[in-house]
Amino acid sequence: MSRQPRSYKDLPLAPITYEDTREAFKTGSWRTFKPVVDNSRCKKCWICWKFCPDMSIRILEDGTGVEIDYDHCKGCGICATECPARCIEMVPED
Amino acid sequence: MVKTPVPAEENVAPGHMGCPGCGACLALRLALKALGKRTIMTVPACCWAVMPGVFPYCSIQIPVLFTAFETAAASASGVRAALDAKGQKDINVLAWAGDGGTLDIGIQALSGAVERRDNIIYICYDNEAYMNTGIQRSSSTPIGAWTTTTPVGQTRAWKSEPKKSGVEIMAAHRIPYTATACVSYPEDFVKKVQKAASIVGPKYLQVLSPCPAGWKSDPERSIQIGRLAVESTVWPMYEVEDGVYTVRKPAKKVSVKDYFRTQGRFRHLGEKDIEEIQKTVDAEWELLLKKETMTARK
Ligand SMILES: Cc1ncc(C[n+]2csc(CCOP(=O)(O)OP(=O)(O)O)c2C)c(N)n1
Ligand SMILES: [Mg+2]
Repeated sequence: MSRQPRSYKDLPLAPITYEDTREAFKTGSWRTFKPVVDNSRCKKCWICWKFCPDMSIRILEDGTGVEIDYDHCKGCGICATECPARCIEMVPED
Repeated sequence: MVKTPVPAEENVAPGHMGCPGCGACLALRLALKALGKRTIMTVPACCWAVMPGVFPYCSIQIPVLFTAFETAAASASGVRAALDAKGQKDINVLAWAGDGGTLDIGIQALSGAVERRDNIIYICYDNEAYMNTGIQRSSSTPIGAWTTTTPVGQTRAWKSEPKKSGVEIMAAHRIPYTATACVSYPEDFVKKVQKAASIVGPKYLQVLSPCPAGWKSDPERSIQIGRLAVESTVWPMYEVEDGVYTVRKPAKKVSVKDYFRTQGRFRHLGEKDIEEIQKTVDAEWELLLKKETMTARK
């Protein structure tokens, strides 16, 4: 939070936001089930990525599959339901 | 670079406050993929006024003006006027509002902006009730649905009025472009938003956004439910461009019952009630197909 204001003198004239929510809100703690991906069976259709309402699925740079952002994934299970290869499994959080 | 089915660009950050499986979150994610960074949006009171997060953080990574409940269209008109005064032509102005903010309290502002031919894109994300304040009915709540103000229990006072049609109201304004969309069809939605951005003048899209909390449905089924809404033609997918209707016919047709069964908000309905609704849905679909035939360019 390097840009967090220390006094009113640091504040802008109008309310503006400093940062996005990525660091401040780790919504992964909301989860009861977590998606676990088996990339060996991934068909690279990116359907899971396309439907994620939490921007919590990243396509691996080399295109070999996807990676879940467990800091933010809320465990809704849309990815597991929509995956045509059924290579995402929802497992209970421990 | 990996080729993605919708643009790879993300303008909504994770860590927002949307419920798990929220259709409206996916809707904005897709809309801002389509519009890109050079967009200013206005958001009235609705779930999306809360979901960006607590000040001083905001998950939406383009300039956002949070405005009063009834002012989505009016504030977008104002932003456009200011940009025009500054001579900045290459910026999209997006009004992003819920169904209550659009079809109930915000309709006069919307009607005014469209009649004045203001160059804005208005997108109503339709979760079919006032979800942000705890599931009260709106004029966009479908007939038969339970909400907290159309309760079931002993009163059996579920909503008895049909859903208001935003797109038909816009078509009656002779709007250059209006269309329905659904988050279960991201490529289609992105294409419609991009088409809207390419047209000068007012544009109106209404995107069906399943809401697990308000529809009493499983979060993991949000996409399936949107698909069933389209396949049952409860939510027909169509565009009206300069008065010409184009209807997307579902590859597979399912019954209203198949769609209703996925949601607790329709659980109280008996066979007879659903049959009645099926009849209206079929009649509406027939009418829509007739409009397509009647308006087809020769
Ligand atoms: C003038 C006014 N009346 C009432 C409210 C309270 N209010 C805030 S959001 C909301 C409901 C919004 O419903 P909708 O537009 O469908 O968006 P959703 O919450 O479903 O996303 C209401 C009634 C308000 N903010 N301002
Ligand atoms: Mg709503």
